[in-house]
Parts: sequence; C-alpha cells; structure tokens
Amino acid sequence: MGKYYIFQDQKRCIGCYACELHCKTKNNAPEGAKLCRIVPTGPQVVKGVPRMHFVFMPCFHCEKPWCVYACPTGAMTKRAKDGIVYVNQDLCVGCKNCITACPWGVPQWNSETGKVMKCDFCMDRIDQGLEPACVTGCTTGALKFVSPSEASQIKREKFAKDISPLKK
Amino acid sequence: MGSKRVYSICAMCTGRCPIVVDVNGNEVEHIWGNPHLLGGYHLCPRGAAGKALLNDTERPQTPLIRDGERGSGKWKSVSWDEALDYVAEKLKKIIDTYGAKSVVLSDRGGAITEFEKTFIAAIGSPNYFNHHAACSNSIHNAHLSVAGLARNGVTYDYKNCKYLVSFGRNLLESLVTGEAKNVIDMIDNGGKLIQIDVRWNYTAAKADRFFLINPGTDYALALALIHVIIKDSLYDSDFVKRWTVGFEELSNFVKPYTPEFAEKETGIPAAEIVKLAHDVGNAKPSVIFHLGWMTAWYSNDFYLRRAICSLNALLGVYEAKGGLIINKGPAAVGKPLKSLLAQVPKPKDPRFDGCGTKYPHLSGQWGLAQELAHVLLTDDPYPVRAYIVFRHDPLASLPDPDFFRSAFKKLDLLVSIDVNYSETGWFSDVILPEDTYLERTDHVIARNGPKPGYILRQAAVQRRFDTRPRWWIFKELANRLGVGQYFPYNSIEELIAWQLEGTGYKLEDFNEKGYIELVDKPIMWDRTDGLKFKTPSGKIEFISKKLEDAGVPSFIPYEKPIELKPGRFRLVTSKCALHTQGRTTSNNRLLNEYVSENHLYIHEDKAVELGIKEGDLLEVENEGEKQYIKAKLTKYIHPDVVFMLHGFGDDVPLRTRSFGKGASDIRLQKGLAKVAIGGNCPYTECTVSVKKAN
Repeated sequence: MGKYYIFQDQKRCIGCYACELHCKTKNNAPEGAKLCRIVPTGPQVVKGVPRMHFVFMPCFHCEKPWCVYACPTGAMTKRAKDGIVYVNQDLCVGCKNCITACPWGVPQWNSETGKVMKCDFCMDRIDQGLEPACVTGCTTGALKFVSPSEASQIKREKFAKDISPLKK
Repeated sequence: MGSKRVYSICAMCTGRCPIVVDVNGNEVEHIWGNPHLLGGYHLCPRGAAGKALLNDTERPQTPLIRDGERGSGKWKSVSWDEALDYVAEKLKKIIDTYGAKSVVLSDRGGAITEFEKTFIAAIGSPNYFNHHAACSNSIHNAHLSVAGLARNGVTYDYKNCKYLVSFGRNLLESLVTGEAKNVIDMIDNGGKLIQIDVRWNYTAAKADRFFLINPGTDYALALALIHVIIKDSLYDSDFVKRWTVGFEELSNFVKPYTPEFAEKETGIPAAEIVKLAHDVGNAKPSVIFHLGWMTAWYSNDFYLRRAICSLNALLGVYEAKGGLIINKGPAAVGKPLKSLLAQVPKPKDPRFDGCGTKYPHLSGQWGLAQELAHVLLTDDPYPVRAYIVFRHDPLASLPDPDFFRSAFKKLDLLVSIDVNYSETGWFSDVILPEDTYLERTDHVIARNGPKPGYILRQAAVQRRFDTRPRWWIFKELANRLGVGQYFPYNSIEELIAWQLEGTGYKLEDFNEKGYIELVDKPIMWDRTDGLKFKTPSGKIEFISKKLEDAGVPSFIPYEKPIELKPGRFRLVTSKCALHTQGRTTSNNRLLNEYVSENHLYIHEDKAVELGIKEGDLLEVENEGEKQYIKAKLTKYIHPDVVFMLHGFGDDVPLRTRSFGKGASDIRLQKGLAKVAIGGNCPYTECTVSVKKAN
C-alpha cells in the first residue's frame, strides 16, 4: 500500500527548482533526466496581482502502476511494504515500455546507462529514516513528506485558518 | 548519508549560506543547508549544484602564464614556484619604478577578504577595492551617510515583520536561502509584501500588492511616501525626536512631493500611495523598507536610497521587532577575532580612485572599480601598472568591457586568482587557480547580527588539481616581496588558532554545528538610550554633516528620468534562482542544463508593433554594439523596458557549456563606467533599440 505522499504548499513554493537540483545531485541523474519536476503555470491575475502556480511532479507511486504492468522484465517493481515504485537496475533492458505506459511522463531515460530511472522517493534515504532529497533540500520548506491523510489534515487546517473570522 | 559531514560556507554566489557537506571517501555526496542555522537542510539550487564544480575540468587546473597576445587564449602551464616568482619579479620592478600605490587589487567583496586586504596593505598600497561599484555602492554609501551603518550593517527581522516594502529587490529569485525562507515565513505569518518594480517577477507573484512603476521614478514615490507619513503624522515621533537630526529640513523638503505629484511621475495612483503610507504607519515599527542590494541603477540612486533609509528611520524600525536590527559583532561581547589586516600599518598614499579626495563623501572601504579604466588611461592621479584581480571578474560585470580591455593594455601586469576561468582571467598575464570552496579552509569570519558569533568555511574533500587555497597564495606572494611577516602562520589551522586567541574557543569548536554562538539570546539595544549610529551626531542624519562638509547636498530635488527617444527601450537586468553573476553558475553542468542562455523580455504590445514573435532572434543595439538574443513576450513589463538576465555572452572558449550563449548586457552598457554620486555605475540608464535579426 502506498504509504507516502509529498505535500506541496503552494503559498511557500517560489519556483526556484531547488527540489529538482537536490533530486538530480542525489540520484546522479544525467543531463535531460529529471526525476521530479516543477512546472510553472501562469501568470494569471488574481486580485490584482499576476500569480504563479508551480506544479510539483514527482512520481505518484500509483496503487495500480501502469509502468509496472507494462514492464516485460519485472524491473519496474512495487515495494510491498510501502508501495514505492522503483526500477531494479539489474533487470531493466531499456525497452522504454514504462515511459510509454505512464500517463504522466514520470519514468526518465538515463542516457549514460541506457536504462530507465525514476523517482523512488529516495528509497535508500527513507530506509535510513530520512526524507526524499527534494523535500529535505527545498529552499523554503514548501514540500512535506507525509501520509495521504496527513496531507489532507494540513490542507484542512490551512483552509480553516484562512476562513476563520478570528485572524491573528 | 556520506561517511562524514563537514560544515562549511557555500561559495556558489556571494550569499555565503551556511552548508553541511555529506562526504563519501573523497567525493562530495550532497550539499545541504546547515540545519542549525536554517531551521532545516534547505539550500537553493545553485548551492545544491556546487557538487558539479568540484570535478569540472573546465576550470584552471595549474598555474598558467600567457604565451601569446593578451586574450589570445594561449597559455603555458607552469609550476607554482615559477608562476609566483614571475608575479613577484614583475611586482618588484613596478613598485621600484612607480611606487607601491601603482599596484591595485580587487575582489568580489564580502567577509572572507582578510588575506588579499592584508597583502595589498603589506606591500604599501592603499588600493584595495571590490565589485560593489557594479552592485551596492549607492546603498552602502547612503546608509553610511544616514545611519552610519554599512548596507549589511543590519539584520532584517523578516519573520516578525508586518509590512515589507521592496523597491525592486527580487528577494525570491535573486535569492539567498535563509532570506527567501524568512520572507516566505513572513507571508505565511500574515505579513504583507509590497513589490515595486518595472517588471513583474516571481517575487511580485507572491506580493500582497505589486506596483508596476514608471522606470526611473522610484525616488518620486519614496518622497511622496515621506510626504504623507509626515503630513498625516504617521511617523514614530518618539524615535524621530530621540534619534534623528534634520527632521524639520526633511519635512520642508518633501512638501512639494504630494501623492498627486508622484502619481503623475510613477503611474501609481495617489490613493494607493496614501494607503501604503497609512498601512506602514499603522504597522510601525514592524516595517521594513528594503534597502536594496544591487542598487547600481541611476545617477541619483544615492538619493533614492537615502530616502528609503529615511523612511525606515521615520517609522522607527531600527532595533524594533520585525524591523531592522543593528548588527553586533564579536567585539560587542568582548570576543573580537584577531585580524591579520590590523597588524599592517595603514598605507599613507591617497587612493587611486579618488575616495576620500576627489570624492570626499564616498567610502574607500569598497572603492570605485569603474575608475580603474580612467586612471589607467590618464595616469591621473598617478600611474597604475599592476592589477591583481581575485575572485572578481570586472570584464564580466563592469559596463562596456571593451573599454576596460583597452585600458588594461596599459598594465604591465594583470594577474587573475580564481576558481574559474573568468573573462578577466582570459585577458590576464597569469592565472593562479584557487582551490574550490569544497577543497579549502578559509579564515574564520565573524557572524555579525543580533547573536554575534563566528563561522568557518572548511575543506570537505582533497583538491582535484594543482590548485591552492588563498591563505597559501597570498602568503607565498608576500614572502617573495619581503613582507611575509604579516602572514605569521604555516598552516590554516595555525592561523585559525591565532585568530581565536583570547576568545576561549578553538578550531574543534566548529565541529558540532559549523559555527560558534557567543550569546544565548539576541542582543537588542535599548531604543530609548542604547542605539549606536556611527554618524558624527550619533543619530540618524536626514541632514548629513559628512555630506554637507564635503559640499554634497543632503537632499536633491526629484528630476524626471532622461526622456526615452522613439524606438528605444530601457535595458534592465537581474538574476534568477538558477543563475547568478555568471561565472560560478553559467558553465556549471547542472545549472547550465536549466538556464543555458538568456532571453529578452519585451511587452507584447511593443512586440506586435515591431513584428516580433515569441522565440524570434532579436538584434539589440546600443552605440554600435549589437547583441543577439531570443524574444520572450510578456504582458507584465513596463512597455518602455526590456529585460534580460545578467551574466551571459561568455567569451571564454574553454567554458564550452556557456561559451557564446545568450547576450551580454554589459557590452550594451556603453559609456556607463561613470561614478554616480553614490559611487555606483548608473547601469539602468542604458537604452537600446530592438528589432528582429536578419
């Protein structure tokens, strides 16, 4: 079961790409491969100011991962204990079926190894009790590594604060 | 996590963020922000990309002596002894012929500058200067004249700030990690950010209100804000009475600058100006009018900055929660670091750049880099024949680099000491390659602020190439020139032990957190009696004695910016989170993947008039200089302005990733190597024509 979720606080995100750079350096992703992405959208005028929305795109680690079903060699794996979807590099033959299958363009081509690499939430860090590099290094602390239900709670609390008549 | 962690200080830009480096064997595994100081491992993308600098072969790997014409790119690789002997011999001859003052030295500025300052003073030259003519000279000199404090003599208490007003300071893109995070914390806490700029950017996108101001009219806005704050008694009268001089003169001076006047000049509605004045008045003293950082804008920038300092003073924000906290150094708690520079007799000759003489009101602390070319060409006030440029790239940052190149031809010796190939290095006689910040330990520096302390840059790994640290390079040069006694150490560890003598601390004390804190609680001076402004009166000086004595008026009337000729645009530049001054970021493998070239942002209505479409290659021209750059169309830029990122158009062929990419802003900034009244170059007075390239 997917245990993890990366919550992005739009109010804090400044679109600086630190998440991508920390991801790239942590995972030694070669040129062109970006395991997570910030996609800036906007500007659009909201209440008189042109606003941006920076969409954070890691792997979603689907409950039913298209990429895993598409992989002919069993390289694309869903880890039973926490639902992390990762590539077993020993088994990947570079057929790119997972790249075709993923509706969100998550699997990345590693031009140096001729294999696929993808966001695994920095599994090795998680196993050491740490958080993914993108979350840890985020310039403003806009990313939070939480469970899906914690994410829901954060959102509700923020919304509640915003609509409360008792402002600070 | 690596096999060891090393606390240090980043050098990817001049923000000098505290970092912790995860090291595995002799490789850098990851670079993070120092969690003890940043509240987490936060670190901006440039800092994270520092890992790509270390093993990059596109940096000088041995000392190099020119083996052809200047700038020909022909180099002979030599040993350190050969390079240092060569430099020392040349320097000796120049000093014998023209005197020590004919040797000048510049750096990028900042806190880790003790070695080069000591060296140049030790050989007897008064001529240290830094990059700030191209950056913050006007705010530095303005803040000194108003409050007796350096630009960075205060800490911005963003977290507790209720109202932050920024005149074009792009806090969330030209960013320093801790500062950007604190500003976001402020917004999260309900603080308001007001962004005033000639173009919208990501900082404006986060602002409570964004005002697109007519270019060159910021001073009118600042004066109108002062006008309303005084007229409607919104100022902190206790603070003004106790801590300022010249309030009456200021009040009289701003009388004509009504919000209606400012509306006509700035394009910002008078009602908005009145509202802003009342909002900050209500929020005082938890208000910050950002002083600015890169403030080399206009000829009158000094007076805009003085007005901004005056706004802060009127609202009593100094030493107030959520305002500007005056920095305290280790000396304030009786634990100053010992200084190499303090051991050297002060050179007696006047400075080459006129600070203290021709420009009596300007501080020689940062100097006037733009004067170098003029002095070289005229020998006035005296000949300069040797230039040591250290971690500084004037040919990539001062206006009109070809003008400087032609002046540099008069030098008998040009030495570049740098981690990277720089434009100036490429034109030098000798390149002395420095260890990267990941390979070297520097001297201890003071952390000035509400909680003074010390912090240290420490080597995380061993050097990759035949490079050397700064402490060694300057000591070796000093030895060869017979002034080695001013570098009384044999290793950096010995120097650090000497620096810390009498403080009760030692090198090992940096191991736990990467810095040493000298107090538990912030030191806040008493706002009734304890503030220390280092002006002649000890107060905030709306009327500055120092200026008046120098024959420089404390106020000047607002003047309209020089009218834009038809078909011309004002060229404005800045930075982004992935790219800073250029030479540390543009050729970095990781960062170049993101920002490999710059673009020209132009208002979409103007683009339609000129038949320009998104992505078209444009020819941008000024005084015969043409640069080529792709177009980006936007609604959110003043129609009179075009914008590009600074730091592109790299001329150094060995930097293969950035070579020839994008356009150079400074090449277009013809004739702007001038000394404006604040000591800054007036970069934003550059105008250009734009058309589709053939």
